[in-house]
Amino acid sequence: MITFDHVSKHYAGHDGPGAVHDLSLEIPSGEIVVFVGPSGCGKTTSLKMINRLIEPTSGTISIDGEDTRKRDPNELRRSIGYVIQAIGLFPHRTVAENVATVPHLDHWDKQRIDTRVNELLELIGLPPRDYAKRLPAELSGGERQRVGVARALAVDPNIMLMDEPFGAIDPIARERLQNELLRLQQVVRKTIVFVTHDIDEAVKLGDRVALLSAGAKVEQYAPPAELLARPATPAVTAFLGEARLVRRLALIHLRDVRLQPVNGSAPKTTVAIGGTLRDALDAVLRSPDGTVAVVDGDRVAGVVDGTVIRLASQ
Amino acid sequence: MSVAAVTARGTRRLSLSWLRLFAVPAAVGIGIAASFGVFQTLAPGPADSGVLNSTFLESRFVGHLALSFISFGIVALVGVPLGVLIAIGARPFRVLVFLLANLGQAVPGIGILVLLYAWLGLGAEPTIIGLVIFGLLPVLRNTVAGINGVDPAVIESARGMGMTRLQALLSVEIPLASALIFAGLRTTLVLVIGTATLGNFIGGGGLGDVIASGINRSDRIVLVGAVMVAALALLADWALSLVERAVVPKRISA
Ligand SMILES: Nc1ncnc2c1ncn2[C@@H]1O[C@H](COP(=O)(O)OP(=O)(O)OP(=O)(O)O)[C@@H](O)[C@H]1O
Ligand SMILES: [Mg+2]
Repeated sequence: MITFDHVSKHYAGHDGPGAVHDLSLEIPSGEIVVFVGPSGCGKTTSLKMINRLIEPTSGTISIDGEDTRKRDPNELRRSIGYVIQAIGLFPHRTVAENVATVPHLDHWDKQRIDTRVNELLELIGLPPRDYAKRLPAELSGGERQRVGVARALAVDPNIMLMDEPFGAIDPIARERLQNELLRLQQVVRKTIVFVTHDIDEAVKLGDRVALLSAGAKVEQYAPPAELLARPATPAVTAFLGEARLVRRLALIHLRDVRLQPVNGSAPKTTVAIGGTLRDALDAVLRSPDGTVAVVDGDRVAGVVDGTVIRLASQ
Repeated sequence: MSVAAVTARGTRRLSLSWLRLFAVPAAVGIGIAASFGVFQTLAPGPADSGVLNSTFLESRFVGHLALSFISFGIVALVGVPLGVLIAIGARPFRVLVFLLANLGQAVPGIGILVLLYAWLGLGAEPTIIGLVIFGLLPVLRNTVAGINGVDPAVIESARGMGMTRLQALLSVEIPLASALIFAGLRTTLVLVIGTATLGNFIGGGGLGDVIASGINRSDRIVLVGAVMVAALALLADWALSLVERAVVPKRISA
């Protein structure tokens, strides 16, 4: 667990309440917590105070109850994975050497490093036979970002800090990387602090979302579904924007929805029961008569129409 | 990419690089042969036998090598670390060092040597000191530019993964700056070899002695001296380029 206790950061020579003003927050172990908010609201500053790339002006950050100031900053950073938007792979080192950075700093023996590097490259879907010896310049943007993630995972840290890691990547590759991160998280179960200014990304990835406004003021700290269903302040409503309820549909699984029974012959348009209400809405809009059959393999589980969606979303 | 394509690309690069590898010594050889032709067309002078004998030429050539390489060695050993310190250090310090180094290069080489003569008298030492002052600026400037030019994201990720300041410098920043650092070293090496001829004025020895003893007396002597300096500069630069190839990481632009 990471705890912010009345943490503030004032940059020297800057007036006003500060980049981060009196932030108190608890980040539970094994969860993805997303910091989301408008540009300049203090997301990056808050994140970098966790691994002491930035030192707080006042307040305390502790990890599992221990004040991070008690730890050597370099040793602390080696124990926390760190991924940034610009990635910052070492251009003069191969993919394998990049991934081996922290194990190397921690003086692992060569055998162990090799094994670990291969394992990680497999994990992120870049077969070592093809990729280990390449230089970062010989990778696509998405591949580089995945190597950045592998590098951060190298010594199996409990905590990962990710600052807009997918910000510079096209929407399709970005969605794939998001899915991969979720899949990876099923396996590795890290405490992940993830910064983004994209609310859709926040809602998709976060077990909890901290919506921040200027000075890293916490407007609401809640699971995504709750954030979308019950915005706590006008600032949250404003940030979520017009499409708040449509966004929320993506969080509701069809399995949890009360469907209408099939009446006569099932509608031609179908949606798989593994999908969400958002998929169902898309199908309803496509359907000639506005009704859609929810199918579970060959079986029709029920029917969805506009009314079902509206009732389920409330 | 298929294995065949990789190999083909590799071989092509290899043969090209072999050509490049020997282009400079070959050109120097051709140049020397051509100057020999010119030499034959020039009228001999009365002083020729005293200068154009192997004992004298060899001693001055070795002297020139010593002057240049000692000076260059000092510039490299002082200039690169100093440049790194300037690059990561405080601004006032940087401004001061650059002021001095700029001054060192703005004053004509001969001016520095005369000043050093007035202070230290005749000999090789004042010559070497003068050459060091003169050669420092390119190395400093390129080292600073190289270190300051490293992508900040790369440094942030290095520090964010727990490298100490020194580890980041040694294993990331300096290697990434090394191409520019070498460019500065090569500029200085050529500069120093050329300027070392001025050592003649304050008794520093070297090939300047050969050239000076031919001036107004024998074009043959001047030609021999000048060709030797030029060949030395070209070959030394070429040798340093080989070191550069071995040391600088390949393809460091991501
Ligand atoms: N090194 C610095 N010196 C002075 N002010 C800074 C510095 N870094 C950030 N700030 C200021 O602190 C505030 C918070 O910056 P921060 O980088 O944490 O924002 P952010 O939420 O990450 O924004 P973005 O979404 O644009 O990345 C901003 O007003 C910024 O101008
Ligand atoms: Mg930021």
